[in-house]
Amino acid sequence: MKNWIQVFTFLSALFITSPLMASINVFACEPEWSSLVDELGGERVSTYTATTAYQDPHHIEARPSLIVKIRRANLVVCSGAELESGWLPLLLKQAGNINILPGKKGYFEAASMVERLDIPVNLDRSSGDVHASGNPHVHLDPRRIQIISKVLFNRLAEIDPQGKSYYQQRFDDFKQRWQQAILQWQLQARELKGQRVVVHHRDWVYLFDWLGIEIAGALEPKPGLPTSVGHLASLKKILVAQPAKMIVHTPYQNPRAAQRLAKMTNTPIVELPYTVGGSEQVKNLFDLFTQTIAKLKGEL
Amino acid sequence: MKKNTIALSVSSGVLTCACIYTTAIAASQLSFNPQISLTLDGRYASYSNDSDYELPGFMLGGEASRGEQGFNLGHNELSFSSNIDDMFFGKLTTVIADHEGETEVELEEAFIETLALGNGITVKAGRFYSDIGYMNNQHPHAWDFTDTSLVYRGMFGNQLIDDGLQVSWLVPTDTYFKVGVEATRGARFPAGGAANDGNGAFAVFAKFGGDVGVSHAWQLGFSHWKADIEDRASGSHEHDASTIEVPTYTGESSLNGIDFVWKWSPNGNSREQNLKIQAEYFERSEDGLVVLEGSNPIEETTYQGEQTGWYLQSVYQFMPRWRLGYRYDRLNSDNQGSDSDVLMEAGLDNEGHTPERSSIMLDYSHSEYSRIRLQVSKDDSYEDSDTLVFMQYIVTLGAHGAHRF
Repeated sequence: MKNWIQVFTFLSALFITSPLMASINVFACEPEWSSLVDELGGERVSTYTATTAYQDPHHIEARPSLIVKIRRANLVVCSGAELESGWLPLLLKQAGNINILPGKKGYFEAASMVERLDIPVNLDRSSGDVHASGNPHVHLDPRRIQIISKVLFNRLAEIDPQGKSYYQQRFDDFKQRWQQAILQWQLQARELKGQRVVVHHRDWVYLFDWLGIEIAGALEPKPGLPTSVGHLASLKKILVAQPAKMIVHTPYQNPRAAQRLAKMTNTPIVELPYTVGGSEQVKNLFDLFTQTIAKLKGEL
Repeated sequence: MKKNTIALSVSSGVLTCACIYTTAIAASQLSFNPQISLTLDGRYASYSNDSDYELPGFMLGGEASRGEQGFNLGHNELSFSSNIDDMFFGKLTTVIADHEGETEVELEEAFIETLALGNGITVKAGRFYSDIGYMNNQHPHAWDFTDTSLVYRGMFGNQLIDDGLQVSWLVPTDTYFKVGVEATRGARFPAGGAANDGNGAFAVFAKFGGDVGVSHAWQLGFSHWKADIEDRASGSHEHDASTIEVPTYTGESSLNGIDFVWKWSPNGNSREQNLKIQAEYFERSEDGLVVLEGSNPIEETTYQGEQTGWYLQSVYQFMPRWRLGYRYDRLNSDNQGSDSDVLMEAGLDNEGHTPERSSIMLDYSHSEYSRIRLQVSKDDSYEDSDTLVFMQYIVTLGAHGAHRF
């Protein structure tokens, strides 16, 4: 009898949905978006983040655990611009949740709310894994985050109308803090303007566009393809002619290629947090930019 | 003054897209044309043994064979898919293959599926890969080895594909739990004859899954399939030039299966390194009559069959682009009947042999869209041991493939 009770308790723990205090469930594809949702939604939202800063968001599998989370989401917030095209459509298809299908209120693609860079002229896979809608890594420009936050705040209020004034208050507060922070970051980053930096993948386009940093080269010969010996040699040639200040990569990228180039050219390597959780100190979007700029300036 | 300029650049910033529910849809998808995906597959095969392929104890059908030797084309596949409207998704997949010098177009999949029933319910209708087992619904280009496991070859003729209806429900639990039922025509191997007026086969499956920490994920599945079979034909063989005898089976068939997958990657970042371990086990019972069509006088036997099979495989991506895999296969059968000679003729006598096979493969994927593979198998499907060597390419053009678990 006692055993049966234990079995029953165990099964209940496995299968019965735990009650949630928050009024809406948000499924965020990447940590930057769950962080933004938390800023705007506070206690009214419960966020789940599908990936960490240590996972390449291009290469995620539609795991059972993700299907479960997306099935009960009221809102899905993702980068879009085909960053998640290998797994998000599959999750949406498997979940059988009407509210979060593309075109519905519950489906939010951040990249489609802002102007995108790197939109290819020719769509041809011999140019690597190009995104037809342009570079999806829009969260690395705080000005774009500001635009996205406004649309996202409106969306939260639409899905959860009872919380409208709450969201309004949090948005106003966030906007004010964010604008101040942008001014401060821009002042701090003035000296970075015109500097040359080697990147691993073109994740940094928006950050560098904002700060006026020049991409001296990319370790990937073409987007999505690993580096090769020949490509490193040609990068070395470029760097010998015109040195770069540093080589940067994300936490999810293997630093080996960067290390090899660093040895060949005597250029320092810097791992930038890339997103929230990308280093221990980066707990929200504010930390992300503060840390990133400090690291680019060589202060950390 | 300086401060003002910066403030201006903040507020005017970048262009906003005012369109509220617009999504960033790829330029290629903006037109209403369906997404097209083309798979090219070719191989060079070398076998140490020239005998005809057989799996003693199993009636072979469907696409069960080891394929031709030398240079030959594999599973070249053309697929179209698209949302039909806000309620339905549709997909058609054809396979273009050569059979004895003639090019044939086979209809592999042709189904519609609901998008917006909600509450975790999805309905699919048409011709589709059954969702029983773990590997059954994978397209051949997604297989980790050049050929499928012996248990799929012996029981399903490589894959269970049928025409019918599937209803599945994703149960709203904290742990992944999905159940589904399929009612199908049962005209294709391993059913046959579309018994019960074209409603001869039935399947039910349940899948569970989840994560363990950030680096591990698993899935466990249970399946059941049964069919009323009329005249299921298997490979014919000639006694002399004038008589061709085709063994056919009529009766009941019932199958149970269990499948398990475990995946690991450091920090869940599968791009750099990952390991997959997968295993499936199936058991099948059949009870009916086997007739050698074309024999004179007609030869027949009662047949009670018990067949089991399993495989265990592991694939390790030890660095980006490179994967190494090993698979072990094994089958067992215990078939009884009133006339053991007829059972023997039908391939149902296991001849005291336990089919087994070991395979090792190494593949290289230059990008997500191309793969080159070398596979070597020590194949003891039947008494004469065989060493198989395959060199294979598989490439995908068009729509971005899905990263299935």
